[in-house]
Amino acid sequence: MSVLEMRRVSRAYGQGAAEVHALKEVSLKVDAGSMVAVMGPSGSGKSTLLTIAGSLEEPSSGEVLVCGEELSKLSGNARARLRRRSIGYVFQDFNLLPGLTAAENVALPLELDGVPARKARKAAVASLDELGLSDRAEHFPDQLSGGERQRASIARAVVGEHQLLLADEPSGALDSVNGEAVMRLIRAACKRGLAAVVVTHDAQLASWADRVMFLRDGRVTDQTAPPAGPESLLARGAGQ
Amino acid sequence: MSVRHALLALLSEGPKYGLQLREEFEERTGEVWPLNVGQVYTTLQRLERDGLVASDGDGQDGAQNGPQKGFRITAAGAEELAGWLRTPPDMASPPRDELVMKVLVALRVPGTNVQDVIQVHRRYLVELMQQWTRIKENEAEDDMSLALVVDAELFRLDSVIRWLDAADGRIKRAAADPPTTTGTTTGKPNAAIGVRRRVGVRK
Repeated sequence: MSVLEMRRVSRAYGQGAAEVHALKEVSLKVDAGSMVAVMGPSGSGKSTLLTIAGSLEEPSSGEVLVCGEELSKLSGNARARLRRRSIGYVFQDFNLLPGLTAAENVALPLELDGVPARKARKAAVASLDELGLSDRAEHFPDQLSGGERQRASIARAVVGEHQLLLADEPSGALDSVNGEAVMRLIRAACKRGLAAVVVTHDAQLASWADRVMFLRDGRVTDQTAPPAGPESLLARGAGQ
Repeated sequence: MSVRHALLALLSEGPKYGLQLREEFEERTGEVWPLNVGQVYTTLQRLERDGLVASDGDGQDGAQNGPQKGFRITAAGAEELAGWLRTPPDMASPPRDELVMKVLVALRVPGTNVQDVIQVHRRYLVELMQQWTRIKENEAEDDMSLALVVDAELFRLDSVIRWLDAADGRIKRAAADPPTTTGTTTGKPNAAIGVRRRVGVRK
């Protein structure tokens, strides 16, 4: 089942001669358990695609379905509920609230959704534990390293019943070892059944995805074929 | 990859048989560099001839006596190995890169959309990186040698994609804003010509 489906989505800003088309008729389907990466240069429309997929912004035309629900047919409140319950976000700059501990940051979306505080905290601690941060639950963001902050933001993105993870350059500010750790965690979340969309200009990040789509001037211009098995590389004695 | 120095490295741990050397070579290189046994014995023969390894037994036709022959590194071999480890490979001359050539040629072929050409190569490279990343994800977590080999491939492919991205951006900017002057005006024409010759670019 598709957790996210975008049908011929376009987004334009401004009017008349000043009109700029950030997205042009983009279609995309992401199934439960799979990761799609969207690659493109700055200004290609990657972030706009992600904010529309996450219902943080409305398209000028086209349809967006999250967990089978067509966003344009939902009321503002219903959309906000769907966003809180089903969608997790991971940003390059982590977006953790500085006045809350790691556990409080992770529990916040659940509490906003009406989950009782004790239950939300329990889920938050379990999520931090899964990401190897159980001993950091009571630390504030400024007491965490960059890698730990990003792991906390992934814990927040996958906590509870979230089904869709949207990530914008999730390891952009990290070194390659921490960046790889972040991608392994997102893959692990997908193996548990989440669907993920990662937008990036970085091929190393994108290569963790099942499918890579290439965006250029707001249009999807190309995409990768499903990856072949490792035998094809190992058998030919690469690097000889 | 220098099989010669890889064998010296394995022998620096202690004496070994030919077949053992082949198995350990493949194991240490993440099994992505298959080596046939003939290659191992030919290399060992040369190393023995050069005095860098010595074999057990009668000292006659040492490397030809088959899998039961043991080999050990000599002092000269250890010195050769230490020197090789610290000698940077020659990376000063730009290689005659086929992909670079294709993009340069595409710029000159009428009716060719260079950005389409770039995208074909970009997609292929990303697909290769996806395969390497799967190997890293599934098989290399507990295998340091394989993880290092996979990282090397990923960084190499990534650098080519970055070059394609830079070329793409440069061509797009040039199309939007064509230069008003041409020719070399930096005062260092000789250096530019030298680089052009080395990468095989003709004006």
